[in-house]
Amino acid sequence: MELRRKLEILADAAKYDASCASSGTETRDSREGGIGSTEGMGICHAYAPDGRCISLLKVLLTNACLFDCAYCINRASSQVPRARFTVRELVTLVLHFYRRNYIEGLFLSSGIIRSPDYTMEQITEVARQLREEHGFRGYIHLKTIPDAAPELLARAGRWADRLSINVELPQEASLRRLAPEKDAAGIRRAMAGLRLRIDEAREAGREAGRAAPPRFAPAGQSTQMIVGADAADDGAVLGASATLYAAYGLRRVYYSAYSPIPDASATLPPQAPPLLREHRLYQADWLLRFYGFELEEILAGGEDGMLDLGLDPKLAWALKHRGRFPIDVNRAPREMLLRVPGLGTRTVEKLLSTRRQRAIRTDDLARLRLPLAKLLPFLVTADRQPRAGLLDRADLRRLLAPRGGLAAAARPRQMVLL
Amino acid sequence: MAGEAPALFARDRVPETAPLTASVPRRFVEAAETAIRHRDPDRFALLYRLLWRLARGEPGLLQVATDPDILRLSAMVRAVRRDAHKMHAFLRFRCVGTEAPGEAGPAAHYVAWFEPDHHILEAETGFFIRRFAGLRWSILTPEASAHWDGETLRMGPGGTRREAPAEDAHEELWRAYYRSVFNPARLKPAAMRAEMPVKYWRNLPEAREIPRLIAEAPQRVAGMLARGAAPPAARRQRPPSRPVQPMPLPDVAETMPADLFSRIEDPAAALTALRAELMGRNDLPSWTAASTQPVFGEGPLGAALMFIGEQPGDEEDLAGRPFVGPAGRLFDRAATEAGIDRSAAYVTNAVKHFKFKPTGRRRLHQSPDAGDITYYRPFLKREIELVAPGLVVSLGATALRALTGKPLAITRVRGEVIEAPEGFRIFPTVHPSYLLRLPDPAGKEREYARFVADLAAAREMAERPGA
Repeated sequence: MELRRKLEILADAAKYDASCASSGTETRDSREGGIGSTEGMGICHAYAPDGRCISLLKVLLTNACLFDCAYCINRASSQVPRARFTVRELVTLVLHFYRRNYIEGLFLSSGIIRSPDYTMEQITEVARQLREEHGFRGYIHLKTIPDAAPELLARAGRWADRLSINVELPQEASLRRLAPEKDAAGIRRAMAGLRLRIDEAREAGREAGRAAPPRFAPAGQSTQMIVGADAADDGAVLGASATLYAAYGLRRVYYSAYSPIPDASATLPPQAPPLLREHRLYQADWLLRFYGFELEEILAGGEDGMLDLGLDPKLAWALKHRGRFPIDVNRAPREMLLRVPGLGTRTVEKLLSTRRQRAIRTDDLARLRLPLAKLLPFLVTADRQPRAGLLDRADLRRLLAPRGGLAAAARPRQMVLL
Repeated sequence: MAGEAPALFARDRVPETAPLTASVPRRFVEAAETAIRHRDPDRFALLYRLLWRLARGEPGLLQVATDPDILRLSAMVRAVRRDAHKMHAFLRFRCVGTEAPGEAGPAAHYVAWFEPDHHILEAETGFFIRRFAGLRWSILTPEASAHWDGETLRMGPGGTRREAPAEDAHEELWRAYYRSVFNPARLKPAAMRAEMPVKYWRNLPEAREIPRLIAEAPQRVAGMLARGAAPPAARRQRPPSRPVQPMPLPDVAETMPADLFSRIEDPAAALTALRAELMGRNDLPSWTAASTQPVFGEGPLGAALMFIGEQPGDEEDLAGRPFVGPAGRLFDRAATEAGIDRSAAYVTNAVKHFKFKPTGRRRLHQSPDAGDITYYRPFLKREIELVAPGLVVSLGATALRALTGKPLAITRVRGEVIEAPEGFRIFPTVHPSYLLRLPDPAGKEREYARFVADLAAAREMAERPGA
């Protein structure tokens, strides 16, 4: 098969994995030899019309697969055309793309062929050749096969910046139904094993004088959950995430709206992807990790375990906890400022720094280009109180809910061209 | 200027001023270095004004994020950084000459045409040198050019797009990739344009695909939805050559005779069967679904001493082994000091799964409740029966409750041997995590010594069987 055709098939097969991050690894460059660099910040070399960043060459080594996961385009019973890169072909392709500055590196995954060990060996061999034979210093993300032997995982971690294992579905019962060959307990055990190795390598790196254990995935591990393929509500999805972050030290949990695929399974008929729900889950995930919200608080903003699709989760929470507002922008502690709808982490730092020098007035907020209509009902500034009764108005939600804007942008729609 | 007013300068000598020494925050110097690359001609005036204000009475100015000059400075810094970042991202090299397969080779020269918004080329050459130190490359911009020969950098005059190569043999592959990673069901062109503004498109080989991808997306999605579910392929992928899924465990609780285990002669095999039974249970407490794995006991059968803790903690849950976390390490130290051969002891927990509440990046231990203790009790009892130790040492309240079935206060019964209903002897003491939680060092030391003394007493007791 022609290389271009292979690339088309194997990129198409990989695109349902949302992760494309190339950030957070060690700093290295090619001045001592080899090619490539990583400097902490990820780089998105292009954006596709789906708004997604293209940072890494994201492909499968092969899309042939023994597993029959209902949500997956590559499942054994699918009629999609199959292809397989040779290790050499893929290594050369990565180098050619990298030299032209198309990519930051490689994100390699694979269908399971022959056995988990064989598949993992093949994936790792690509990384090994890039690193050892070509001195490749760019970013490598390898998908890890949970059932593969521990020594294979150790090798993968030696060459990769990031490793990931997808939990796929938030609930074990759905995984049993939709991905019968996958083993949720085995996936958790593999993630736990990765965490122990990642921590060990990182801690040894910090301690001087101790022989460092072999390098292991300095950019940590991540995972992905498909949203909308089973009946799990947002509470179950976010609860699973909270546990994953706390238990396995994940850098990221990616949420991927279940998307129509060319050859869908009868178990899981194609449907429009729930993009807005996916967007709200990411917002809630951020609140959990960077804004000091508890899961129960975020869910309290919605109804029956589902987030409010019409509002961002912070605004939804604030509207249900109006008694906590308004708060004084010149006095409130950081934790409380972070809870004000429309104030992000960076803005809060700016406000804290400014108010040490002078009192913050409403026009200061305007100069920072903050969304005043959203903010002001919740804030007291040096020269302004929210209008009396505003916070108690029954129609406050309607006043603050975005018309069009974010909510509309998050929905798929046909656009007027360029 | 000088020509306009010769008299002025002829008459008054320009006063000799000492070089301005002003102390300004390092942050200002860094910001100024970036902002000075901005194309706005007012940047010099702004920086001078800020320098003046910082040096003359407003040392805290940089913290005032809402000051108009600071806002302008931040905006300039952001614009220059963004321009640089987009240059790292969107610059495309085209290869002139031939590449050896795999390696670039000396004959290959990589040339890029890029149009930055600000005066960033020279400052950003460092990025490309670090990344492509071994390649020969040139970056051409309208204002200046940079050339790297693998060893030295040479800056040259600006150029035109025509001086750069018009294409590269790999662009067709790159466009194929770009087309293939696009998911038509997630069309969001505004999000794309926000990050990859149209002004960059003319120099991006893949951008010519965009209009067609957008135009065709709705039909592609409609097609997928209309086709609906497909029947499975007639020729399925080859089935696994070996089972990739662990064999389902028999549901011992429901399908096997209750006295099965008591008929197993070999205690080691019986212990393995006990594990299998716990793993196969479908009536586990619901919180166990969040744990990684059950953690079973470890140690030799027939050990003189069997230690029973509360439940696995964070590290035990990850590693799948008991007593390997902070409390376990403290226990090991105390046991060694008490003269116990740690490898000859059997250690396990009353509850076999880690019960926790996730908080940010940590899991907060939650004590098992009476229901949890009751659930695991038969497993613990059976484990003790199979290990058949000389003495059972219960560490903490949970273990003691699991063994006696009663909530007893450790402080009352500590160090007294209690006879279990099943006949074995229990020696109660505190859990090592209690020692870790003590706030003051003196109390910690005292309690640690007492714990070691307890363990030593237990060792002696175990050495005097039947006492």
